[in-house]
Amino acid sequence: MSLFEKNMCNQMAQKALPLMGILLILFFILPEVGLSADSMVEAEATVEEAQQLKPAPKLGPDDYRQVGKTSSRSIVWFLAQMHLFLAAFVLAVPLFVTVIEWIGVKTGDERYDDMAHEFMKVSMTAYSLTALFGGFLAFALFLLYPTFMAYMMEVFGNQVLVYALLFFMESGILYIYYYSWYALRYGNRKYVHLTLGVLLNVVGASLLFVANAWATFMMAPSGVNEVGAVTGNIWEIMRGPLWNPVNLHRFVANIAFGGAVVGAYAAYKFLSARTQTERAHYDWMGYTSNFIAVLAFLPLPFAGYWLMAEVYAYSQQMGITAMGGILAWLFIVQAVLIGTILLSANYYLWSGMSRVEGSHRYKWLIKFIAFTLVVCFLIWVTPHTLILTANEIAALGGSHHKLLGPLGIMPAKNIAVNLMLIVTFLSFQLYRRSDKEITVSWAPFGNALMVAIYVVAIVNVIFAGVYYGYFTNTVYKVGSSVTQVMSTLIVIVAGITIDTLMFKGAKVLPSKWGNVSTRSQYALFALPIAFTWLMALMGYVRSSIKTHWHVYGVMKDNSVDNFIPSIGYAGNMMTIATISFVLVILFIFWVASLSNIKQIKPQTAPESL
Amino acid sequence: MTSTEFKNENTGLPIIVKVMGFSLSLVLVFTLVANILPQVEGQAPEEMKIDLNALTMDSYIAMGEEIFRGKGGCTVCHNNMGRAPDILAMDMSATIDERLTDANYKGGAKDLQAYLYESMVDPSLYVVAGYGKKGAEHESPMPVINKAPTDLSEVEMNAIIAFIQTKDGGEATVALPTGVVATEPKSAKADIPKPAANAEQALKKYTCTACHAILDSSAAVGPKLSDVGERLSPAQIRESILNPAAVIAAGFPPIMPANLVDTMMVNELEMIVAFLAKQKAADVMDTDSQESNLTQSGASGPVVERPTKPEQQ
Repeated sequence: MSLFEKNMCNQMAQKALPLMGILLILFFILPEVGLSADSMVEAEATVEEAQQLKPAPKLGPDDYRQVGKTSSRSIVWFLAQMHLFLAAFVLAVPLFVTVIEWIGVKTGDERYDDMAHEFMKVSMTAYSLTALFGGFLAFALFLLYPTFMAYMMEVFGNQVLVYALLFFMESGILYIYYYSWYALRYGNRKYVHLTLGVLLNVVGASLLFVANAWATFMMAPSGVNEVGAVTGNIWEIMRGPLWNPVNLHRFVANIAFGGAVVGAYAAYKFLSARTQTERAHYDWMGYTSNFIAVLAFLPLPFAGYWLMAEVYAYSQQMGITAMGGILAWLFIVQAVLIGTILLSANYYLWSGMSRVEGSHRYKWLIKFIAFTLVVCFLIWVTPHTLILTANEIAALGGSHHKLLGPLGIMPAKNIAVNLMLIVTFLSFQLYRRSDKEITVSWAPFGNALMVAIYVVAIVNVIFAGVYYGYFTNTVYKVGSSVTQVMSTLIVIVAGITIDTLMFKGAKVLPSKWGNVSTRSQYALFALPIAFTWLMALMGYVRSSIKTHWHVYGVMKDNSVDNFIPSIGYAGNMMTIATISFVLVILFIFWVASLSNIKQIKPQTAPESL
Repeated sequence: MTSTEFKNENTGLPIIVKVMGFSLSLVLVFTLVANILPQVEGQAPEEMKIDLNALTMDSYIAMGEEIFRGKGGCTVCHNNMGRAPDILAMDMSATIDERLTDANYKGGAKDLQAYLYESMVDPSLYVVAGYGKKGAEHESPMPVINKAPTDLSEVEMNAIIAFIQTKDGGEATVALPTGVVATEPKSAKADIPKPAANAEQALKKYTCTACHAILDSSAAVGPKLSDVGERLSPAQIRESILNPAAVIAAGFPPIMPANLVDTMMVNELEMIVAFLAKQKAADVMDTDSQESNLTQSGASGPVVERPTKPEQQ
């Protein structure tokens, strides 16, 4: 390292301290200022009360604008979706990059560090595109929904400036984090770099939570009275009943999504590899990405469960609109998407076993896992009500099939989804065990315990689903799903804990990175495609349950688009957004690979006559 | 790992084309699934403009039913799915005494009308056992009906009360609203239409004769109704009107409008059911027409065996 580089590193390390100071100010002092300001507001409460609180405006046709004959909602829908896809990606990547970087430090294996850097390289282009789409979205909102946006600005006030400030900080830290990678690579400087990574994620998560508050305020407003007049401080406005469930759900989902997208990058590079080294590197990168995506995906249904429980607690009507009303059909599409994700992830894990010599010990289990996945998938996609012709109805004796009808209701789906998650975790666990020979003395006991946990959990999931789902009333039916979820979670937590303890001192068997089928790489493309479409679908549900309200119960949507669009129309919108996102991602991959290309200096041609 | 040259197995199309083709195919599968499912739009409730001077008790009751099934969002929970008591299936007047004397009843109502009003503006005054909030059994999950998001007016809530009071044969005790024009429930659509005076008018009002052979119509788009009383019970006729998709007669397209349940008034429905139940083949003068219809039915396929269903409550 040159003297200049050393000086630069020292200077950066010194500058990191003031930066941390600024962050401390932002997180600990600014809220106090806010509270002080709130106290002042309270002190002037008598004056406020004397004045009429300003209710949310009642919107009419003049409060909406249109670009030509294009639906304003469709424009905002597309832009918001693109912004969210990219934002989810750029916020997620630094999360697992910092973890991978830390693993590199702990293990001393520089491959982790290189891989983490490459992940960041991919997300850098995405970052500016996220900001571009964000700006585009903001302009579209202010142009097309001016009165609604004016109300939102009035409610959130200065908080939007905090968001902008956080965005500046995110940009600054991101650029420093990325461009100082090699300047702060070894020794104590690496810890400075890791600290920057942590700061980047703190700011990134704060950005996410602040933006979530806008969406959750629209779904379940707080800090305003029944006519929409602001009565609470900014903290009361932000911490609505759905804020934390959405925060958790998006945080975890972003990691799964980000992992899946970089997995696609690795797969693309794997397929284009020219050397065995490249192939091995990108195989390993793809495996790590899939690991991240699946590990984050497994607890996601439980975060979703918490969110829906809070939606029901906030408004039973809203919950039923989502789960049992006109949106109920889209859960068939959701089943197809999650089925695609789980089948792809499992297929990739099974294919990956071919690179590990010790995998023959577990391969016999794959057919049972595959069978369970397919059966559960079919149960999940079985609709409750069938679309039939008159003759078919006559043959069936009604619109519900005697055998398939019971499979169409939630208890059957709960059994199916929990079993799919359990066997996916089993695939994951088998893969991790494939390259290890466990040496701890209590290995037989550990294995027996693990098998017992699987058996008890599977029996419990099936029993709770069948008994409480079909032989008791609705209250127990809903309650039984908690038992099922707990069974699945216990399998995952116990599996990770037992394996971590059993792997101590285990003999590691050789793995031949790069020795995996080309076909398996397409599973890594299927994952982000299905994730992207799924995110769009869930966004459609989240937004639609507000029905004809901009802000639920407070500000009516009186635009021409104040209806819940059909699943077909929504599906077409999701497809347009997904394909656009795929094109943007391919552009990002291409830009990321450009930096590796060096033009050879052209030889001076002899002067021609 | 060695940096040996590796022979890329990729042959044929470039990788970018394969990846795009694969991605596009997968996305199209998802799109296809979304498009083959039933396509339903969730319309915002229509704001109603009510001409109070034109209201009769019958049209007021019909308006109550319309609000109960539509704008009020009552059937979202009050149905046979177990979320809330199935008001449409039960006779509220039969349970009122039990509820008002229940130790858990915290309201001050003395009769069904007052109780129903109370339950809409303060649902937690009485919560039927098993239908409370999770962890707070005596708190109702039902929203306050005269506030957002449901936000029904007094006129609309009283219409619902009138509907619930009369749907099982009881008397409406709510007074008909009076006044010039209520601007509270606003409307983008026309006023509540005047109810038909008799079955013949009702059949024409709902354009039944456009497709069915009945009265002076010999249309054959839908099954002939001039002998329907021989084939179907009153309950089955009622179900066919309210839920046309439940059973579709063989050989006929499933095109009967499904919104009659929302648009047809209760007394009109009952008049039509009673009229149709009396339609027997012997009463039909035009026997040639009857034969041709039977022939057509037979040629189109076997007649669907309609399962016998109990009379709806």
